[in-house]
Amino acid sequence: MTQQVAERELTMSRAMVEAIKQEMDANEEVFVMGEDVADYGGIFSSTTGLLDEFGRDRVMDVPISETAFIGAAVGAAQAGMRPIAELMFVDFFGVAMDQIYNQMAKNTYMSGGGVSVPMVLMTAVGGTYSDAGQHSQTLYGTFAHLPGMKVVVPSTAYDAKGLMHSAIRDDDPVVFMFHKRLMGLGWMPSPEGPKTDVPEEPYTIPFGQADIKREGADATVVTLGLHVHRACEAARELADEGIETEIIDLRTLVPFDTKTVVDSVRKTGRLIVVDEDYRSFGLTGEVITRVAEHALDDLEEVRRLAIPDVPIPYARPLETAINPSAKQIADAIRDTQ
Amino acid sequence: MPSVTELKEMYENMVTARYYEERLQEEYLEGKQPAFDISAGPIPGELHLAAGHEASGAGVCQHLRDDDTVTGPHRPHHIAIAKGVDLNKMTAEIFGRETGLCKGKGGHMHLFDSTKNFACSGIIAQGCPTAVGAALAAKKRGLDSVAVAFLGEGAIDQGGFFESLNLAQVQQLPVVFVIEDNDWAISMPKDRVTDVKDGSMRAKGHGMPGERIDSNDAIAVYEAAKEAVSRARNGNGPTLLEVQVHRHMGHFMGDAEAYRPDDEIERIKKLDPIPRLEKDLLNEGVEQSELDEIRTRSHERVDEAIAWAKEQPEPEPHEALEDVFHNPPEEWVEAANMAAAQEGDD
Repeated sequence: MTQQVAERELTMSRAMVEAIKQEMDANEEVFVMGEDVADYGGIFSSTTGLLDEFGRDRVMDVPISETAFIGAAVGAAQAGMRPIAELMFVDFFGVAMDQIYNQMAKNTYMSGGGVSVPMVLMTAVGGTYSDAGQHSQTLYGTFAHLPGMKVVVPSTAYDAKGLMHSAIRDDDPVVFMFHKRLMGLGWMPSPEGPKTDVPEEPYTIPFGQADIKREGADATVVTLGLHVHRACEAARELADEGIETEIIDLRTLVPFDTKTVVDSVRKTGRLIVVDEDYRSFGLTGEVITRVAEHALDDLEEVRRLAIPDVPIPYARPLETAINPSAKQIADAIRDTQ
Repeated sequence: MPSVTELKEMYENMVTARYYEERLQEEYLEGKQPAFDISAGPIPGELHLAAGHEASGAGVCQHLRDDDTVTGPHRPHHIAIAKGVDLNKMTAEIFGRETGLCKGKGGHMHLFDSTKNFACSGIIAQGCPTAVGAALAAKKRGLDSVAVAFLGEGAIDQGGFFESLNLAQVQQLPVVFVIEDNDWAISMPKDRVTDVKDGSMRAKGHGMPGERIDSNDAIAVYEAAKEAVSRARNGNGPTLLEVQVHRHMGHFMGDAEAYRPDDEIERIKKLDPIPRLEKDLLNEGVEQSELDEIRTRSHERVDEAIAWAKEQPEPEPHEALEDVFHNPPEEWVEAANMAAAQEGDD
């Protein structure tokens, strides 16, 4: 397209829905199922308006039975369709984990490539609004740890649309983890940042390519989801002090863009990993290990900020205390200088 | 009543499955004696044999086409044979060979044959949701194919089973659920773990038809399945069947069955579905010599499959890194290529 199209700002939820709608228009095999995805439009507005557009056959409300409908998505995907199943909160994965990690994620491998499972499991993650231990987790590490699923975590509307197009077209199961706080919901204000210009036409963002949100020579912050925006806030503050921070938004955990992370650390020598998931045995350890494997000599300072291995608490001061803030990120970066 | 041709087909599937399991048992025990080591011998890992279950697989699958989907449980051989899964490739898979159905990555509990729409799971009841999904796909595409989920009676207290019945019924999907009731969930007798003697009664709670075939009788299974499959194929929703079968062997090979009453094996062997069907065939005027021919032919086929499988190469170690994804990211491909190159150097 040579003509500059009018810029449009969309919320992350509008951008996701647009991608789903365009894929459903283009391919009759794409359909959505989940709890409250039809009349309600998704509790976090991930399917708003699709029912009116496509009807109940293609936008299916299902019984509250994640094992049955996520498994049905696996079965339909193995039969060649392209289902999008919504697990309302990622915290509910426990009631359906067999279908997720023993069937969805393993059938391609266990069949020796004989079957593929081209489905999207989309799910809401994240806290910061006092929903406590069973409704506020991110669990990025859990899904990225278990082999056989691609794991996507967008932080902006632009990325959400492009990654959703890629997810639906992918021949493998993709877990699409959207942070509630980034969706642009009327009842849960978003920070500055996730609402971006979004092209109207479909476009894809390849998996495994991290996005350098901001360039800088003094420190590398590796993060994802909500904390991309918190890190940007910290970086703006530090820029006034003369510290230039490079911020890497991972965007996908499986596949993982090791190169972009390692190249940045080779330049800055200082690595700060920020994650809203639990600290131990998870994402922060993985990122640091990869850097150590490839650029140990360049690594001068390492910090990690994550949930300190406690369930997500309810009361506001408790939850705020454990969830890495912009201020804590700024302090950690300063500390490495 | 099945036609004589159908009866003979069912008989052939049943005697093939029985002899197949006898031969697998022999092969399995090789290298595992005198001290039993599960990982030793030509067939490693667990092996769950279905001798005594043949009537359910043969009677149900007689109504199925290649485009119908079957999900089997962890005791799948008789069902796979009746569904027409390639015997050579299935055997190679069980022996862990490169040319097996799943290139040696699945093994006997995880047989996948996409050409026959056959899959199985080692996790009980968890084939039910995926069968529902196959049926959902058929309905959405306006096809008249159906899906059948087999499960053991020990699985009927699992949530995945209940959820699948509900979803299939509420969406009126073409699914048949088939419980194979062999009275034992490993060492646990049915009456100590479940609240219903007749598992098919669970259908009532979901408003769907349910039927129990009390006898281990292939013809009775055929009749009940005929109705259930045609109900599904005609768009009239799911059915739950329960078939009384008997487990002639332990839960898995190596199971000493100390929990099992001494006289039970003798009792259930008298209820063997194969001599029963033979009698029916003779009553239909089929000659004994023809039954002998079928049996001989099936034994030859099994022996050939086992001989073929044992000649097949084992996978190269680097192949462990392949097939994680259908559309693998670059880093996976690179890692697999590196492993392959390294192997070439060694």
